[in-house]
Amino acid sequence: MELVASAIRLTVPILLASLGAVFSERGGVVNIGLEGIMIVGTFFGALGALKYGPAAGVAMAAAAGLALALLHAVVTITFHVDQIISGVALNMLAGGLTRFLSILLFGMATQSPGVPGFAPLSVPLLRDVPFLRPVASGISPLVVLAALAVVAAHLILTRTVFGLRLRAVGENPHAADTLGLNVYVLRYSGVLLSGVFAGVAGSYLAIEQGRHYFEGMTQGRGFIALAALIFGNWWPVGAAAASALFGFFDALSLRVVVTGVPYQFITALPYAVSILVLAGVVRRARPPAAAGRPYVKEEG
Amino acid sequence: MAAEPVIQLRDITKRFPGVVANDGVTVEVGRGEIHAVVGENGAGKSTLMKILYGLYRPDAGEILIRGRPVALDGPRHALHLGIGMVHQHFMLVPGFTVTENIILGSEPASHGRLDRARARAVVARLCQQFGFRLDPDAQVQTLSVGEQQRIEILKVLYRGAEILILDEPTAVLVPQEVEELFTNLRRLRADGKTILFISHKLDEVLAIADRITVLRRGRVVGTVAAGATKAALAEMMVGRPVLLALERSPAAPGELMLEAQDLTVADGDGRALVRGVSLAVRGGEIYAIAGVEGNGQSELVEALVGLRPLAGGRVLVGGAPVARHTVREARSRGVAHVPEDRHRRGLVLPMAVWENLILGHHRRRSFLRGPFLRMPAILEFGRQRVAEFDVRVPALRTPALALSGGNQQKLVLARELAFQPRVLIAAQPTRGLDIGATEFVRRQLLAARAEGRAVLLVSADLDEVLTLADRIGVMYNGRIAAEFAHGEATPAELGLYMVGTERKGREGAP
Ligand SMILES: Nc1ncnc2c1ncn2[C@@H]1O[C@H](COP(=O)(O)OP(=O)(O)OP(=O)(O)O)[C@@H](O)[C@H]1O
Ligand SMILES: [Mg+2]
Repeated sequence: MELVASAIRLTVPILLASLGAVFSERGGVVNIGLEGIMIVGTFFGALGALKYGPAAGVAMAAAAGLALALLHAVVTITFHVDQIISGVALNMLAGGLTRFLSILLFGMATQSPGVPGFAPLSVPLLRDVPFLRPVASGISPLVVLAALAVVAAHLILTRTVFGLRLRAVGENPHAADTLGLNVYVLRYSGVLLSGVFAGVAGSYLAIEQGRHYFEGMTQGRGFIALAALIFGNWWPVGAAAASALFGFFDALSLRVVVTGVPYQFITALPYAVSILVLAGVVRRARPPAAAGRPYVKEEG
Repeated sequence: MAAEPVIQLRDITKRFPGVVANDGVTVEVGRGEIHAVVGENGAGKSTLMKILYGLYRPDAGEILIRGRPVALDGPRHALHLGIGMVHQHFMLVPGFTVTENIILGSEPASHGRLDRARARAVVARLCQQFGFRLDPDAQVQTLSVGEQQRIEILKVLYRGAEILILDEPTAVLVPQEVEELFTNLRRLRADGKTILFISHKLDEVLAIADRITVLRRGRVVGTVAAGATKAALAEMMVGRPVLLALERSPAAPGELMLEAQDLTVADGDGRALVRGVSLAVRGGEIYAIAGVEGNGQSELVEALVGLRPLAGGRVLVGGAPVARHTVREARSRGVAHVPEDRHRRGLVLPMAVWENLILGHHRRRSFLRGPFLRMPAILEFGRQRVAEFDVRVPALRTPALALSGGNQQKLVLARELAFQPRVLIAAQPTRGLDIGATEFVRRQLLAARAEGRAVLLVSADLDEVLTLADRIGVMYNGRIAAEFAHGEATPAELGLYMVGTERKGREGAP
């Protein structure tokens, strides 16, 4: 059960970011800048929590994620710049930006002082069962939030007008355009949502997991989230399941100590798993048809 | 025509850099009329329709809808006035259902929540009202081209269109689907809808239209009533009498030139697209493969010319098996290929006409001096080819993208038929071409046959298949479902095999 609890904790950041990726890619914009947005999220999460408490940290991380995503949206949607290039630039920007701000605001280049976290929740009754105690107590409110977000994202994509339209612009923006949908506005919404999700994912790492900010604490989870997106076939529930898988191997790698095997191999496990999984799954995966392709409106 | 025309286009002029696409065009269409617009490639038909749909703004002229002048500023405005266009390239979301595609953009909903039940009911009622056969819950990617087209029409009707514009709607349909489309259109006409319809196929135009407007080089040549003859229409379009019947010399089959034995082709996931096709084409013979697109014809052709790996079987050229399965090998053995997509595979659009003409022949001794191109010889070759095939180009330096569709196709033929190929594989060689260019291409195919070449023609156009071919194989679902000799099958029969309703010599039929 300890392992399960740890797996859940490690799943959350991947899950949140992959939900963001679902919205962005369903709308037709590939956002590999999620890693960078998460990095910025870790920083602002810590900063907000330090100054005004954990809730403010999450809010600030979300806002910072939104701002960075807006940049990605302007560059790729309005100016039709290649989405991969913009994403790479975003990731590089995030690294420099956080270091700069860290020196400025924390007085240290690579880490912050300790920050306060949320009061943990626990499930009455279940927490008294010794076997279940690890999973039934010490639950971060953000874990609950992430679980709710999966359901919400699923309902939004399948049951709402917005969801239908967002998916339409990701599949065939020309068709959507001829039907009078505003392709640009819809794609902006998808990308901005991804920024909020990735920002919050970062703040979770800083506030709930690390209890302080340090450089490189995302450890490529933004990229793993993209793997989860593909593995989950671009659906929230699928992405959640994939995130859980990656979270589990993450947890496992923290626990397994095999004598004679250098620990670096063990810590590389989640990444190796994601590569193997993707290699096996990618052939079946069906991405949104127009994902990655800029939409240029014709004369009209 | 009713007293008050629904659509009046007056003196419409539209210029593009270097061309006047519409030059003082005046057309009137009455309520409940099916009005056809015909003309050669580049005559300005699509441009005129796009102006009426608000996609282009005319440089001069006036549009009146129900007697009132309008300044259309986009498709949404046009739709608001009850004008809807069915696009030549379908604008559908393949992963969505029929219902989702139809309602997208004006969904029945409450507070942002989709009302799927209501949406479905509305779509079902529309289908019923106009007699459209369509399952509202089917996924679009599983539907035939004809069904997809019905969705496009319903999309427009759902939005309350009274005027429907269809740009070459029949180009992609098999005869039965054309019949069904026409039945649907007549039903719409009876309901008071007005229909504008573009086609290159004069028989169809004469079968369905109440009146026909002929365009030539951007101008209206005339508007005629339904009773006109095909020959008269063709002459109006081209400006000279057109030979509608082609002369076909008696068959004189020679040696076996191209053979496919039990050919199997699979896609990346290992699904078979071509399932054990065997065929043999002799010199002096045209073997046509008829079929609805997507039944393996493209993959078969790509396999024959070495563009696609074989999953099984083998290819023989001139009686000997092809050793290395590459394009270069196939070409050096005398296999010429007119690809179905002239933009993607037939030409390198930004490159000059002369460059396009030597592609694939560029290693010939006569074109090279060491590693360098011998320009005089190449230009001489280019001039001679362009003249022989009557390719209308300003200069050999002109990039291929500046040519009209018909001239691009002539350019491909001019290249492929150079240097006496033994085998000519032509895929959809007249698609989208007007009657003049079509006639030219077909005559070239017959000429190749008369010269003793083996011609494998892949075409979705049954008229073409029936007039040109010595033998016809109908391809359905990766197999040759039936084979006929010249004159043995009617279009309707072929159509049945093409949609898989009928199968010849199959075992264990339910
Ligand atoms: N967007 C454009 N930009 C520049 N030139 C154009 C454009 N659209 C059309 N033209 C030119 O205008 C002329 C008329 O084209 P249009 O597409 O209306 O012909 P069409 O009658 O529909 O031909 P087809 O039978 O080949 O469909 C052609 O010379 C074409 O090259
Ligand atoms: Mg046209």
